[in-house]
Amino acid sequence: MKHLTSINDLSKDQAIQILESADSMGAVNAREIKKLPTLRGKTIVNLFYENSTRTRISFELAAKRLSADVINFAAATSSVSKGESLKDTAQTLEALGADAIVIRHPMSGSAHQLATRGWVEASIINAGDGSHEHPTQALLDACTIRQSFKLEDSADLSGMKVLIVGDILHSRVARSNLLLLKKLGAEVEIAAPATLMPEGLDRLGAKLSNNFEESLERKPNVVMMLRVQRERMNGSYFPSSREYAQSWSLSGKRLAMVQKDSIIMHPGPMNRGFEISSAAADDPRSRILDQVRNGLSVRMAVLHMCLSTGEL
Amino acid sequence: MKQVLRNLKLSNGSGADIAIENGLVVEIGKISGSDGLDCAGLVAFPGFVDLHTHLREPGFEGSETVLTGSQSGVAGGYTALLAMANTDPVADNAGTVEQVLDLGRKANYLQVQPIGAVTKGLEGKELAALGSMNRSRANVTVFSDDGHCVYDPLVMRRALEYVKGFGGVIAQHCQDPRLTEGSQMNEGALSSELGLVGWSSVAEESIIARDALLAEKVGGRLHICHLTTAGAVDVVRWAKKRGIKITAEVTPHHLLLTEDLVRSYDPVYKVNPPLRTSEDTEALRQGLLDGTIDVLATDHAPHSIEKKDCEWDNAAFGMVGLETAASVLYKVLIEVGGSDLSHFERVISSTPAKIAGLDNQGHISVGSEANLALFDPSSSRTISSHTHSKSTNNPFSGVTLPGSVVHTLYKGEFKIRDQKLQVLDV
Repeated sequence: MKHLTSINDLSKDQAIQILESADSMGAVNAREIKKLPTLRGKTIVNLFYENSTRTRISFELAAKRLSADVINFAAATSSVSKGESLKDTAQTLEALGADAIVIRHPMSGSAHQLATRGWVEASIINAGDGSHEHPTQALLDACTIRQSFKLEDSADLSGMKVLIVGDILHSRVARSNLLLLKKLGAEVEIAAPATLMPEGLDRLGAKLSNNFEESLERKPNVVMMLRVQRERMNGSYFPSSREYAQSWSLSGKRLAMVQKDSIIMHPGPMNRGFEISSAAADDPRSRILDQVRNGLSVRMAVLHMCLSTGEL
Repeated sequence: MKQVLRNLKLSNGSGADIAIENGLVVEIGKISGSDGLDCAGLVAFPGFVDLHTHLREPGFEGSETVLTGSQSGVAGGYTALLAMANTDPVADNAGTVEQVLDLGRKANYLQVQPIGAVTKGLEGKELAALGSMNRSRANVTVFSDDGHCVYDPLVMRRALEYVKGFGGVIAQHCQDPRLTEGSQMNEGALSSELGLVGWSSVAEESIIARDALLAEKVGGRLHICHLTTAGAVDVVRWAKKRGIKITAEVTPHHLLLTEDLVRSYDPVYKVNPPLRTSEDTEALRQGLLDGTIDVLATDHAPHSIEKKDCEWDNAAFGMVGLETAASVLYKVLIEVGGSDLSHFERVISSTPAKIAGLDNQGHISVGSEANLALFDPSSSRTISSHTHSKSTNNPFSGVTLPGSVVHTLYKGEFKIRDQKLQVLDV
């Protein structure tokens, strides 16, 4: 596997391989000397057109733990009218010797284009493109579910019921998670106000709901809350942030409805008091910091898979 | 000098020779002698007429000029192009439409008939100089803000009323701008999956319905540009049944291509209105077959490479289409749809000529200008991205299509002969 631009690039076996590899990388991260020589001599560029401190440092640390050289390139959003084109930037980075480009871009499809249009030869890893996909986030979420429910020896995630809640319309995390969780045999339900629910996700195998409480009554094993940007209010998606929080925040009565042995996830950064209450974020069932830890292991596994010559 | 084209087939199925002298057709039928050009196997159509071409000049000569667009046009069998008004400066005044007219005459490949803007600067606020464009040498009768919808219902009503005085028609780009803010592709399950902002079919259909009712109210003539959805076909069918003066066009790409191509994120497939679903394509074909849709129009929209060699959201909307239109129509209307050559002729030549009021186009008759497209329906060809257009944003590149234009004559002169562009002394 050379590129990872979409969960669709992965077979089920490859996805499981990455999760297993992430488990071993996790063991490395627990050692005193947290470094492997695997990618020594390789150059990895983090090409970030959007601010994303956590994803960027996670990829940066993952590359460093594998002994690769890392360059961080924070680019202003390019367009044909202003500044350098994506094609020129990518070709420039490749001319400097980049073996892999980890790209975060506000426009959907940008990572896919870099991988397919013949502009560059480097491996392309999608660190989030527009509202399309964020495949390493989905992988780290699957890794977290697997650990939390001790499914390391199971073939996949079948039997798991995952509820994803929030701004689905603008969320690349929701799309990648839906694709990967279905691939791994989990049941996925998506709950959102109808204005933030894009049409047709049922065709990808999701059960759809416009009522958070009803979804919680179905006793999901995993409640995954998504960030909702307050700016969305300008697009008339909901009347006010207070009204959104009243109906859609994981708090109070709804937090009490989460099963004892279920887990709570959030990709971060959180809007505490908006889509998630502090009580939920700091609850013993919360796996939010595990997600961050697993992000590092999963990204090490992905870089290893895309850049080492042999298969895992 | 008299010139005879022999052994042609006409769209009514009969065989005929055509004699041309001084740019005019002088005889049709069995002509004695054996001199002239043997055209056995070719169908003689009146030169094609495109109601919707972006020639980009003045202002965007890097993408196309009136000359290169004209050359691409004759290569596709066209002898008249209606040049859209979204140039820079905008064709919203007599001076600019006369400039475009003159550039067309100077190029001298085919008839370039300027379309005038409906509103000043295509801004949708104040009416452009409709009357003075009509009275100018360009004699403009078709007005369009294409690229933008005339969204203000009062402005649209006034435009429909005002052009009645000189037999004008308003060609509307039907797109509710509020419902399509930031839109990138057809709205549906696929746009959800690809994470691209959707362009919903209701944004097209609601404007068609509104404008049809306005046209009915004021008795004006309305032409619908590039219809793309099944619902839009229904609305136009309903409007025609009510007796509203409405005509509609469909593009070759919306007849043949569907949104699935967007999966590649290749901006060559980015167009406005967007490629739709196969159900829409099927409804458009049906609408064309039953006469709800009157004409094929290319919406030929050339763009330079850098406008397409970039992120999907940053890429320009539009596709070239002059040199593939007839082949797409032949495939859809005749090969798949089972219709006949006379229907083909109406859709690509005679009806658009009537809508645009071009009396010298759209028919082959003794005493009229010899504007001819001689078409070989038996051949097939694989399309190259490079055409006579200055731009290469060709979505049919690599596709195999039936039929080819072998000769194009404009005012009796070969502009394309044996599929070769004739270089003119200008």
